[in-house]
Amino acid sequence: MERKINKVLLLGSGALKIGEAGEFDYSGSQALKALKEEGITTVLVNPNIATVQTSEHIADSIYFLPVTPYFVEQVIKKEKPEGILLSFGGQTALNCGIALFEQGVFEKYNVEVLGTPIRAIMDTEDRELFVKKLAEIGVLAPRSIACTNMEEAIKAAEKLGFPIIIRAAYALGGLGSGFCTDADELDKLANKAFAYSKQILIEESLKGWKEIEYEVVRDRFDNCITVCNMENFDPLGIHTGESIVVAPSQTLTNQEYHKLRKISIGIIKHIGIVGECNVQFALDPDSEDYRVIEVNARLSRSSALASKATGYPLAFVAAKLGLGYGLHQLKNSMTKTTSTFFEPALDYIVCKIPRWDLNKFKGVSKQIGSSMKSVGEVMAIGRTFEEALQKGLRMIGQGMHGLVGNKDLIIENFERELSEPTDMRIFVIAEAMNHNYNAEKIHELTGIDLWFIQKLENIFETRRELLKFQNLEILPDELLLKAKKQGFSDFQIARFIYNETKDLTESLLKVRKFREAKGIKPVVKQIDTLAAEYPAQTNYLYLTYGGLENDVEPAGKDDSIVVLGSGAYRIGSSVEFDWCSVNALNTISKSGLKSIMINYNPETVSTDYDICDRLYFDELTLERVLDIIEFEQPRGVIVSVGGQIPNNLAMRLMKVGVNILGTSPESIDRAEDRHKFSNMLDKMKVDQPEWIESTSVAEVLDFANKVGFPLLVRPSYVLSGSAMNVVSNESELEKFLTLAANVSKQYPVVVTKFFEDTKEIEIDAVSKNGEIIAYAISEHVEFAGVHSGDATILFPPQKIYVETARKIKKTTSQIAKELNITGPFNIQYLAKNNDIKVIECNLRASRSFPFVSKVLKINLIEMATKAMLGFDVKKPDKSIFDLDYIGVKAPQFSFSRLHKADPVLGVEMASTGEVGCLGRNYNEVILTAMLSVGYKIPKKSILLSSGTIRSKVELVNSARMLTQNGFEIYSTLGTYEFLNNEGIKTRLVPRPDENYRPHVIDLIKEKKFDLIVNISKDLSEEELNKDYLIRRTAVDFNVPLITNSRLASAFIHAFCEMKIEDIAIKSWNEM
Amino acid sequence: MGTVNKCKLLLEDGSVFEGQSFGYEGSSAGEVVFNTAMTGYPESLTDPSYKGQLLVLTYPLIGNYGVPAQSAENGLEKFFESNSVHISGLIISDYSFKYNHWNATKSLGDWLKENKVPGIFGIDTRELTKRLREKGVALGKIIFNDNDIDFYDPNIDNLVAKVSCSEKTIYGNGKYKIILVDCGVKNNIIRYLLTFDTTVIRVPWDYDFTKDEYDGLFLSNGPGDPQMCSVTIKNLRKALEIDKPIFGICLGNQLLGIASGANTYKLKYGHRSHNQPVLMSGTERAFITSQNHGYAIQDGTLTDGWEPYFINLNDGSNEGIRHKSKPIFSAQFHPEASGGPTDTEFLFEQFIDLVKKWKEK
Repeated sequence: MERKINKVLLLGSGALKIGEAGEFDYSGSQALKALKEEGITTVLVNPNIATVQTSEHIADSIYFLPVTPYFVEQVIKKEKPEGILLSFGGQTALNCGIALFEQGVFEKYNVEVLGTPIRAIMDTEDRELFVKKLAEIGVLAPRSIACTNMEEAIKAAEKLGFPIIIRAAYALGGLGSGFCTDADELDKLANKAFAYSKQILIEESLKGWKEIEYEVVRDRFDNCITVCNMENFDPLGIHTGESIVVAPSQTLTNQEYHKLRKISIGIIKHIGIVGECNVQFALDPDSEDYRVIEVNARLSRSSALASKATGYPLAFVAAKLGLGYGLHQLKNSMTKTTSTFFEPALDYIVCKIPRWDLNKFKGVSKQIGSSMKSVGEVMAIGRTFEEALQKGLRMIGQGMHGLVGNKDLIIENFERELSEPTDMRIFVIAEAMNHNYNAEKIHELTGIDLWFIQKLENIFETRRELLKFQNLEILPDELLLKAKKQGFSDFQIARFIYNETKDLTESLLKVRKFREAKGIKPVVKQIDTLAAEYPAQTNYLYLTYGGLENDVEPAGKDDSIVVLGSGAYRIGSSVEFDWCSVNALNTISKSGLKSIMINYNPETVSTDYDICDRLYFDELTLERVLDIIEFEQPRGVIVSVGGQIPNNLAMRLMKVGVNILGTSPESIDRAEDRHKFSNMLDKMKVDQPEWIESTSVAEVLDFANKVGFPLLVRPSYVLSGSAMNVVSNESELEKFLTLAANVSKQYPVVVTKFFEDTKEIEIDAVSKNGEIIAYAISEHVEFAGVHSGDATILFPPQKIYVETARKIKKTTSQIAKELNITGPFNIQYLAKNNDIKVIECNLRASRSFPFVSKVLKINLIEMATKAMLGFDVKKPDKSIFDLDYIGVKAPQFSFSRLHKADPVLGVEMASTGEVGCLGRNYNEVILTAMLSVGYKIPKKSILLSSGTIRSKVELVNSARMLTQNGFEIYSTLGTYEFLNNEGIKTRLVPRPDENYRPHVIDLIKEKKFDLIVNISKDLSEEELNKDYLIRRTAVDFNVPLITNSRLASAFIHAFCEMKIEDIAIKSWNEM
Repeated sequence: MGTVNKCKLLLEDGSVFEGQSFGYEGSSAGEVVFNTAMTGYPESLTDPSYKGQLLVLTYPLIGNYGVPAQSAENGLEKFFESNSVHISGLIISDYSFKYNHWNATKSLGDWLKENKVPGIFGIDTRELTKRLREKGVALGKIIFNDNDIDFYDPNIDNLVAKVSCSEKTIYGNGKYKIILVDCGVKNNIIRYLLTFDTTVIRVPWDYDFTKDEYDGLFLSNGPGDPQMCSVTIKNLRKALEIDKPIFGICLGNQLLGIASGANTYKLKYGHRSHNQPVLMSGTERAFITSQNHGYAIQDGTLTDGWEPYFINLNDGSNEGIRHKSKPIFSAQFHPEASGGPTDTEFLFEQFIDLVKKWKEK
């Protein structure tokens, strides 16, 4: 190092989105930790307020600002860092860094890019340069032709011959990529890809080849290691983010493994990476022929997975290498004695499985392919593939119990489902086996390596054997043990033995008792990076039936506290619960107790083994949690910081005698069970929307006649509104009743009167023994009807009556007392004219806890955890609630990845992430937040197309303001006339069905508009279909889109009343 | 998968591990050793260094890609490290009865049966490894149907004599004549040497090569205690008196050390993996290496004219020596890999370069 580095700027990845999720919170947090250890002052730019990295004590200065060249330059100007780290914030940070470099910003402010030089990054990002680089060292890449227009693309495809694959350069997680089998498909896809990127690649198709990845590390002394390799279960053609992935590779010989390893190292040396990179290979299943598909010159989702899979802290090490260390100069943080320059040896197999939430979207294509749609993932650890896979399939949390023993799937066409996979692919394979498809046939149709299919057959075979026994007593021990070694849960076994499909809690406990009496129990094993070659004191643990002895003793009987984590990231439950979990763990440790974490999400900080005293990387099922509790004998279990999964376990855990800390499970049940909750509210004389609980369609129709439409239909246990829907008429109501009934037979359907012109207000609070200690009231910008997870939320509230706030506080206190709450909770209210109605109450931390905690600068989870542990918690001074600034939380959507999905907001949550920004006034926070989630201030043209009169009225002022500020407004007929009557001149554009060209869709494709505001009248199918094309085209052509009039109005006011330069560059602690 | 028979592994200390058979069903005794490599069972099983040993693989899923066919190339087995399976038994956690690979012709179990080597699965190999690592050396036996046999310590035998070739064999027809002293050489060493312009003259471990005409001397890997090879050491001492290039690997490294006057000692924790980090002394260059040894040269006992060449980054033990002025060096690890990483394959080139230089002189 020539220059002493005292201050380093790290770029985060912003809001969670498909292709860029929690993994970057994990890698950024590790990097910041590594810098801190060196005494370096750290500055972080990341508007994602729910992350762990944007917490106190992690970075020295945190800017909740957009990760865009403009803002980052302002921060550089102000903070004057000597160095910058670009590879810890995903593609967002990398792209921003490249832009800054190209603009000469680093040179201007004398900022050194630490780690991989920017030239090397650019060599990997530009396909043409990349392929050239590989050719220089004789490494094969897919034959590929770079194209900048359609004509070139057609020529290239002709040259290579179909099928071909299209890739867009500089794109997140395969955005705009896909396979084309003919010229028509090419035309469609290439056009779309050009919307994202000036350059696209036409490549030879390697469909059916194995997909293998290596995580490679290099230091400035040219020392290299491959930390891990991974093999995709699905063959090439399915994005690695969409594929089941195992580590290490399973079907590669030593020769193949080391051939690819050697090439990986050759590449990283030649490109000159300093830090970490990921090399993706295609490997011919019938020879040793290979191609290098891609190199990511940064930490990635795969590197987070590799870190968790091996115990090797890739991001931490990469940050140290960026500072100039050599791998051989650092110690393995797992063993503390051995070197960081080594390659972990695993004595287990890990299996990553993606989590999709496609059911939440209207119209989305369920097929999986070369671009990523999954919103989260799980990692399962086992000592057989069967064990890891079945664990993983339970972990994804979509009601599956493993490969087999699930609800019957109805498959119309096996051949098609197998060869054109959807999100249900693995279960389709199981069902195909049930229909006598043999391994070879399935292999042929899916392209999945026969070895994997044969393993699935083993599971299927064991199921067949289990089905032969109708009671436990005659079940042979050997078969039971074999099933457990193959990852069968007690639930699955109970289902096969008792042949029942209903709730089997009792039966599974019977199986548990039976097998424990036989001594068939799982053992606790350590992940130590060295496969037991040297002794290592590690706290990174998993459970398996593939062993006889535990590696560890219990952490401390009665002195330990178990925290249940949040599982796979999904829509409605993501990084915010990781923040809550991490803060609960910190509080436990600070209290002198041992913290034990159970979670299985590789994208999280809570599954970092140095965040707790003990990490169980394992399932959050009743069975597994009980296994761990029986082994550890903890003082108690915290179920209220990990979202809905632990919350749902509370009652069942209590029933078998587990000590649940904080609010009692009975109270949780009283809040979760709508019937009980509503009765309670009635008794307390607290108002709520009219509702009915029923399983009878007739009864519901009666109710509808009484209260009128629209109505909200939902099942009683709610996770971000699964199967929840607004119905506007009778036929819709009948349709959704069937849908909701399929979600959960155990609980009846609840139908509620749905309110529209009403404000929605939330309160997040902490109580102890029924008394509120701290609270935060926040207000939605949008009116009720937009899911709270998709709403733009203001805190402190700016536009609610004092009386409303007082009423909310009072009612909340009453509820806290009635339910005797100890710990975190959240209540959602509707408010109109100072009347309030309770719509939901969760006796657990909510999504907004990190947001309000950070705005308030009071850690509500720390308080809640102390309360749950029984410690004294002081009420904070009242003055602390009197803030000189405001915060806004805004949603991030990933519609562009969800092919065909209607980008409209409704009661189903659709956002994949969020940001939280602070500012001095309403306009400033709204503008900062909107820019943070990817909106741009329009340059000239805006399309307005508004549904109801109400939304038209709402937008009149905005339209006037736009005109006054020199913007050009385009509008569709109704809006045109309305605005014209108001004296606002706009340009009329025909809708596609009006038979004029160019119509609105043509203009969107021509990038005529800088912003599109499209408000649908209501959520009925007919109405939504009308403008679907406008919204979808906007998303497909990367044009900013707003579908809510209140939000549109807020945004328009903000950018008309202030300029980007007016946004203060202030860090969190300067607020 | 048919019926699977039970069998068990007994250790000298009385511990018993029950498992099931997937190989030849006959009791077998030997020294129990482990390796933490995640790939390369065909290579390990045919590595002569494992002679007399019951091999525990810590990676639990074994047999996935079957076993390739025998096929000779340049007089060497193409996919194996020697002409036969050398281990006395294989101990694993999870066996893949079904396998899949384009290059496979039979299952691991069938291969073991052909070679009359038992295989046992269903073992808690992690627990077993933890015990083995603390013991250093442990004798064990795989027992079928209570057909008990005696423990057997292979180290009392001259294993090198068992695995070395019985007569001189010549490979290639190149410019540089390399004498390869076969103490149990792995085929990949010969393959590497043959990639250069060489004639490789493979001679038995006790062959007196000092009278032969050669340009470079290679000392191979091999099983057991280096002190058993006193004849080789004696020959080597003579070779050290002249300045011809010498390169030794693993056992060859220890023999060179002893011949030069240094001592060897037993490591507290042996190196048995594909992920051993070594640093080239006096540089910042580090390499990942494949290793399988319990003994090492004691750094402090190196005699005049010798220096450490490599050191282990985990425990600081010696990983190779070199002569300060003569073209002589050796490595404790396996630059020929197979299985394992190929980071240090450059040592072969380095050796040949020295040979060239010597010859030009």
